[in-house]
Amino acid sequence: MSSAVLSGTKAEIVTEHVIEIISDSGEGAQTCGQMFADLCAKNGNGIWTVEIIPAEIQPPSRSRAGASGYRIRLGSKPLTNAGDYADLVIAFNEQVLYSRIDSNALHGGTLLFVDKSWAENPDPGIRRKYTDAIADFRARGYVVTEVPIEQECRKFTDDPRKGKNMWVLGLLCATYDFDPSAIGAEIAKRFGRKGEASVKQNQALFSDGYDWALENVQHRFHVPAQKITTPMVVMNGNQALALGIMAAGIEVCSMYPITPATSASHFLASTIEQTGGIVHQAEDEIAAIGFAIGCSYAGKTAVTITSGPGLALKTEFLGYAVMAEVPLVVVVVQRGGPSTGLPTKVEQGDLFAALYASPGDSPKIVIAPATIEECFHFMITARKLAEDFRGPVMVLSDANLATGQKPFQRPELRESWLAPPVDQSPWDPEVPPYAWDAQTGLSRRPIPGQRGGEFVITGLAHDEESHIAYDSAINQRGMAMRSRKLAVLRSALKPPTVHGDPAGDLLVVGWGSTLGAIEEAVDRLRAEGLRVSSVHLRFLSPMEPGLREIFSKFGKVMTIEINYSDNVGDPFIYSDSRRYSQLAQLLRSETLVDVDCWSRVPGSPLPPGVIEAQLRERLAAVESAAKENA
Amino acid sequence: MYGLKKEWEIEAPARECVLEDYVGAEARWCPGCGDHAVLSTVQRLARDLQLPPEKTVVVSGIGCSSRFPHYMKTYGFHGLHGRALPVAEGVRARRPDLSIFVVTGDGDCCAIGTAHWIHAIRYNMNITILLLDNNVYGLTKNQTSPTSRLGEKSNTQPQGSFFAPLNPISVVLGIANASFVAQTVDWNPPHLYATIRAAHEHKGASFVRVLQRCPHFSSHIFAQAQDDFSQMLLMDHEAGVKLGQPIRGMFPNAVNHDPRDLNKARELADRTDVYPIGVFYRNDNASRYDTVTARGLETTRAEKLAAINGMFDKFAVQGRN
Repeated sequence: MSSAVLSGTKAEIVTEHVIEIISDSGEGAQTCGQMFADLCAKNGNGIWTVEIIPAEIQPPSRSRAGASGYRIRLGSKPLTNAGDYADLVIAFNEQVLYSRIDSNALHGGTLLFVDKSWAENPDPGIRRKYTDAIADFRARGYVVTEVPIEQECRKFTDDPRKGKNMWVLGLLCATYDFDPSAIGAEIAKRFGRKGEASVKQNQALFSDGYDWALENVQHRFHVPAQKITTPMVVMNGNQALALGIMAAGIEVCSMYPITPATSASHFLASTIEQTGGIVHQAEDEIAAIGFAIGCSYAGKTAVTITSGPGLALKTEFLGYAVMAEVPLVVVVVQRGGPSTGLPTKVEQGDLFAALYASPGDSPKIVIAPATIEECFHFMITARKLAEDFRGPVMVLSDANLATGQKPFQRPELRESWLAPPVDQSPWDPEVPPYAWDAQTGLSRRPIPGQRGGEFVITGLAHDEESHIAYDSAINQRGMAMRSRKLAVLRSALKPPTVHGDPAGDLLVVGWGSTLGAIEEAVDRLRAEGLRVSSVHLRFLSPMEPGLREIFSKFGKVMTIEINYSDNVGDPFIYSDSRRYSQLAQLLRSETLVDVDCWSRVPGSPLPPGVIEAQLRERLAAVESAAKENA
Repeated sequence: MYGLKKEWEIEAPARECVLEDYVGAEARWCPGCGDHAVLSTVQRLARDLQLPPEKTVVVSGIGCSSRFPHYMKTYGFHGLHGRALPVAEGVRARRPDLSIFVVTGDGDCCAIGTAHWIHAIRYNMNITILLLDNNVYGLTKNQTSPTSRLGEKSNTQPQGSFFAPLNPISVVLGIANASFVAQTVDWNPPHLYATIRAAHEHKGASFVRVLQRCPHFSSHIFAQAQDDFSQMLLMDHEAGVKLGQPIRGMFPNAVNHDPRDLNKARELADRTDVYPIGVFYRNDNASRYDTVTARGLETTRAEKLAAINGMFDKFAVQGRN
C-alpha cells in the first residue's frame, strides 16, 4: 500500500524495529502482538517474536512481576532472533514497564506509549505513582507519549480491560504504516466464536485506535518488505513441530499437559484428526510415554511431548525403549530448571537429562532444531531415525522456539515422509527378534500380527532371541550392539559447517534456539575485522564428527548457552573447581579440548548485543595473552 | 465332493492351533504357585477360541506373575513395574485386530501402578486384565503388599501389616465407566476358565481378580478355602460366568446376583465372611475409548497430505503488494 492515503505525519523508513506490547496478565497484549506479527509476516516482512509471560496465571495488576506481553522484531530482511533493545513499547500501565526496564529491554531513546488514564484514577496513590513514573521515564531518556487508551476504549465498551488490545492493534497498524483493510477479517476470525456483537465491537476498537494514531502520533515508521519469490509460511515452533509430526505420518501423540510443551499438543488436538491420527491425554507423564511405546511396539511409531519435569518422570520408560529397542519420538520443549524451575521461560538445561537420565548406559539419539523451520523438518528425521535405528530419538526444543514466530519457506510435502504401512507379512521364524548385525548392531523388529515373529519384548538383559539372559558375555554383547548403532549413525554424519572463516582467534559453539543471536553477534564482530567464527550443533548424540579438527584451527573455543555455569572469581570458584555449562562439559569430554563457556540463566533469550559484548571481551583476552606470549 | 450336496462340503480349516502353539518357555514359577493354573487356563482359552498367536499380545509389568508373557508363544510385552496398562492401551489404540491380555500382580497393579489401574478401568479399552493376587511381593522375597491382611508379617513389616488390606474389587467398582468386574480362585480350574473366558468375550476393559496363594510366603492365606468350598460364595447369573451344573454343585453357598446391579455388586464386594466368586458387575453399554483411538485408521496417504497442505495454507505469507 502507499502511505498517501494516510493523513498523519509521513512515515520514516527504517530497516528494522523492535516493538513490545506490555500489559497486565489477561489484558490480551499477546493476542494483539500475535495478530500484529502475523500481519507483518504475511506482508512479507522478516519477524521474530517472543512471548513475555508471567509465571502466574493471574498475578496482581499493575505489578512489575505481572508483566505479560509480546516482543516483535520487525525487519525488511529475514530475522533470526529477538534483537537487543526495544525501539517502541506500548504499555497498558506504567508499572509493568518497569519489569522491562529491569530486564534491560529498553535503550536510551526508546519510544514509550503509555496509557494515561491512570493519571485520572480515583485512587490518589495510583495517580501519584503514574505521575512519578512518567517523570522518571523522561529522566531516563525515554520518549514518552501519553495515550488515552482507556478513555478511547470506553466509547465502545464498559470493560476497557478487554478492549485495549484491539485498540492498540489499530494504533500499531497506523504507526507502522500497514493497510488496515485486511484486519477486519482477522478480527472476525478471532472473535467469531464470541458472536457478531463482539466482532463488531473489536473492529470498532481497532478502527478507533487506527484513526487516533493517524491524527495524534508523531512518530510513524515504514519497514519495507522484501518481495516474496518463494511460498512462505509463518508460525511458531510448537506449531511447526506439530505439523512435522503429521508430515512424518505419526498418528499418535501421547501427552500429559506441561508448559511450555502443551501448545504443540493443543494444535495437534485440533488438527491431527484430519490426518487420521489422535492425541491421547494420559493420566500422567509415565503413562503418556508408556502408551506411546505400546503404539510404537504395535507398529505405529508414536510421539510423546513434554518438558523438563515430565522428562524426569519418563526416564524409566526411555531406558526401556533403549533396552528393548522400540522406536519412539520424544519431544522435550525445555524450560528453566531444576525441579519445577521457571515453567514459562527458556533454558537449555535438559541436555544432560536427555543424554543420560536413565538407569545404566542407555545410548540414544538426541537432536536439537535451531530454528522454527527445523522444528518441522526434524520431526521427519526423528521418526525415520527412530525406526531405522530401532530406539528412542529425543528432539530438544525450547520455550524460545516454542512461542517465537518466524516466516520460513513453505515445505513441499513428500509422500515418502509419511510412515510406511505397518508390516504384517509373515516373519521368517529362523530370524530372531534381535538379529543384530555384527558390524552395525542394527536389526529389524517383528511387529504383532507378523506370523512367525512372535517374541516377548523385555527390559531385562536378553539375547538375540529376546530370552532373558543374565550371563556376562551376552550382557556385554547386548550393550555393545546398542551402543554401536550410535557410532554407525555418527559415521553417516557430516562435520558441522563453520559460520565465518574456518580458522581464527575464537570459535563459538552453540546449540538450539541461540543460533540466530550467536550468528548475528559473530557477524557484527566479523564486520569489524575480528577473527571470530561459530559452529552450531544439531546432533548432540551421537555428536557430530570432526569437532576436534575444527577446534584445532582456533586460538580459543567457547560455548554460549542459556544454562548455568560458575563464574571464576566467585567465592570458592577457581578455574579448576568451576562447573562448566552442559554443552561445554560435553565438548570437553568429547574432544579433550579446553573448551570455555559463557552462559546465563536469565529466563529469556540471550540478545545478540549481550553475546557480542562477551565475545569482544574474550577476544581482547586472547589478544593480550598472545601479546604476553610474544 | 462326489455324491454330496454342495452345502454339505466340509472345508478343512486353513489352520488349526493346538495347545502347543501357545506354549512358550517352560514356566519357572515355584511348584504350587497359582500362576501355573492361570497360565494353562489362558493357553486353553486361546486354543479353544483359536486366537491366532501372532494376533495375541500379553502385556505385563514386573513381578512373579509378570513373567507370564515369556511362557506364552504369542507376542508378549514384559514391561516396567506398574506400567503394563498404559502399554496395553497403546497397543490397543490403533490395533483393533489384536487380542490383548494384561497380567499383573497385587504390587504391580495396586501399589506402584495404581494411577494407571484406575484410569485403565475408566478408559474401558478392550483388554482382558488379570490381577494375580497372592497378597504378597514374591519376586523380591516377602514384602507387604497393599492386599496383605492386617497383621500379616513380612520382611518390611515384621511387626505385622499396619493397615487393613485394600480391596481391589471395591476400588474398581468405585471407578466411573467400569464395565466388567469379576473374581475367581486359582484352585478351581473350571471356574477360573469360565471367568477368564467371560472376561475375554466381554468387549471393554474386563477386570478379573484371581485369588491365589504364594507357596513360599503366603501359603496359609487361602488354605482353608481350598479345602472348604463353603468359604466361597458363588455369584450365579445368566449374565455372569457360565458354569455347568456339576461345577455349580461344588459350591454350597450361592447367590443369584444380576451383575448389572451396581449397588448389590458393591455390597457383595464388601463381604468379609466369604470370598464371592463370579461376575460382580458388568455394563455392556459403558463407553469405550478404543473406539475413539481407532478413528481415522482408514485415512489414505493422499488424504493425509491434502489435510496437511490445507493446514499450511492457513499459515501462508501473502506478501505486501
